[in-house]
Amino acid sequence: MAGTVSLGQALNRALRDALAADDAVVVYGEDVGPLGGVFRVTDGLTAEFGEERCFDSPLAEAGIVGTAVGMAMYGLRPVVEMQFDAFAYPAFEQVVSHVAKMRNRTRGRLELPLVIRIPYGGGIGAVEHHADSSEAYWAHTPGLRVVTPATPSDGYSMLREAIDSPDPVVFLEPKRRYWSKEEAVLPVRTAPMDRAVVRRSGDDVTLLAYGPMVQTALEAAAAAAEEGTSVEVVDLRSLSPFDDATAAASVRRTGRAVVVHEASGFAGYGAEVAARLTEQCFHFLEAPVLRVCGRDVPYPPPGLEEHHLPSVDRILDAFDRLQWERTWTGAPAPAPAPAEVGA
Amino acid sequence: MKRSDDARGSAPPLPSAEPVGLVDPTGRRIAGGAYDTPEPGTLRSLLRGMLIGRRFDRQAGALARQGRLAVYPSSRGQEACQVGGALALAERDWLFPTYRDCVALVARGVDPVEVLTLLRGDWHSGYDPRGTRCAPQCTPLATSAPHAVGLAWAARRAGDDAAALVMMGDGATSEGDAHEAFNFAAVWKAPVVFLVQNNQWAISVPLHKQSAAPTLAHKAVGYGMAGVHIDGNDAAAVHAAVSEALASARAGGGPVLIEARTYRMDPHTNSDDPSRYRDDTERAHWEERDPLIRLEALLRSEGALDDTAMAGFEKEAESVAAAVRERYSGEDEGAPEEMFAHVYHAVPEQLERQRRELLAEIGEG
Repeated sequence: MAGTVSLGQALNRALRDALAADDAVVVYGEDVGPLGGVFRVTDGLTAEFGEERCFDSPLAEAGIVGTAVGMAMYGLRPVVEMQFDAFAYPAFEQVVSHVAKMRNRTRGRLELPLVIRIPYGGGIGAVEHHADSSEAYWAHTPGLRVVTPATPSDGYSMLREAIDSPDPVVFLEPKRRYWSKEEAVLPVRTAPMDRAVVRRSGDDVTLLAYGPMVQTALEAAAAAAEEGTSVEVVDLRSLSPFDDATAAASVRRTGRAVVVHEASGFAGYGAEVAARLTEQCFHFLEAPVLRVCGRDVPYPPPGLEEHHLPSVDRILDAFDRLQWERTWTGAPAPAPAPAEVGA
Repeated sequence: MKRSDDARGSAPPLPSAEPVGLVDPTGRRIAGGAYDTPEPGTLRSLLRGMLIGRRFDRQAGALARQGRLAVYPSSRGQEACQVGGALALAERDWLFPTYRDCVALVARGVDPVEVLTLLRGDWHSGYDPRGTRCAPQCTPLATSAPHAVGLAWAARRAGDDAAALVMMGDGATSEGDAHEAFNFAAVWKAPVVFLVQNNQWAISVPLHKQSAAPTLAHKAVGYGMAGVHIDGNDAAAVHAAVSEALASARAGGGPVLIEARTYRMDPHTNSDDPSRYRDDTERAHWEERDPLIRLEALLRSEGALDDTAMAGFEKEAESVAAAVRERYSGEDEGAPEEMFAHVYHAVPEQLERQRRELLAEIGEG
């Protein structure tokens, strides 16, 4: 496959090639059979490989992940789909108490080579429960690998690598980018899935993003360049484990960092990134590490999501707040106005 | 034209409202039993397993009282369920036990010292799940049930004749994972047998606050699965029912849900106080239905057990307890740094840094 490829097509091709390469791979979930999944990522797989390899299961996410645990215990490599981010929550206990811990609680004797695919994030005008960014829940759990591709080539390569991994992988697919296209030749192998990559080189500030926000970050970097600011965009790719080396090397060079993600900022993934960069790059930093995140509210209705999701403008505003003028004198900030009581 | 209801099954027969048994509490055979009574050799193995199990259980309870086990959930009273179930399994089959199924694991042949690993508070199961074909004991309720379904489905797909036996308690049948597992197993016709040890109490909560179903076995019916209700203190009945269910599941007949009616004679664990929620009269009622007494009585009355054989079993049980006392150290043999070793296939840089940090803290770096 050469030419223009969308992320959805690249993921489909990765599943097809994995099914062809290894009889132990099985793909199942809700509507992934003849329908091909609500986003068509499993399109054609049942027709090509049969009901034994790609099939619809009962509609119960804990059951889907729980049965995948048993299949992996037996030696299969199941790839299961959670239809939408918020619909993965019924499987939460299976993921955190069993998927993530089985290797540890059997002293390495039982590995679970399984992949949990989760379309996540907003930006598609969806109804409620269809636009969550759930990455912090998964990334907080030791024992899981949590990765998210931003480009079709990475989608292909990282999904193949996830299926081949001896560790369980939560594979977060940025649903608003399923239709984003790229000139690519498949099959392709990109950087290892546990490494961050520099998507655009720059000297003044490092902008760290992942999944759906990588495209937004690149647009912001292009806009900043027109205003004379040179932005380096780092695509984190692996949320757990975290690639400290790549992120810190960039920030030590630029001296400024902004993290961007769709999820709410409070106790969000960006807090971990900011903390790590502060710990590892403190003496290189010219300004505090800033975050540009979703608001700390439940995901808003479609008409309001543009006010919730990080945009190019909000990222540019964050760049403006990176203390370029060095006017800070150490004087205490003016006291904030008292809160209005009973307003 | 594809029809949405092509594969719908016929309604399975309703389980019996009263538990079905083969041997009554006094050790007499029940006429017209629902199953063939196991051969005398099998019955002797069941008695032997229960004697060893009860002695092991008492030993483990002592270790808990001495503070050498973090906690011990007793199996006393439930030996027929655990031994009857475990001995019905073929070597190729898998057992999915809970924290209360130590006696089942011992009956399955797992090293009794390794069985106590999780209960001494360790972070791993002790025994090798693949080698023993026993999943790690499951502490969250019912969550290993879907694992058994997936494993059994995978075995069937591979042409392997293995089946899986899942143990759970009455309280666990209220958990969503139990129902999802029942449904997946029935839809996939997975070779799985769910053995519910209904011991009447989920810690302090009695069965009537747990379920309004006529019996827990009735829960099978809605999933298109066979449900049977048996006397869980009758080791012959448990062994026969589980054996028949495994054979049917292996033959493609789909899963079976067995409710074995029994009683938790001891507190939930050594740290529980049942005087706060139940009285001793109930316990006395069940004392008369002890699973060991009735099987011994049956075998003796039919000339299949003499004092010599009985003394041999008791001696074996004592030697198992003695071996536990001798070999059980109560301490994890792993070094502190081992907690980083098994989280991932290869230790990531982040954990490697923390491992070195720990070694420096304890003066070994």
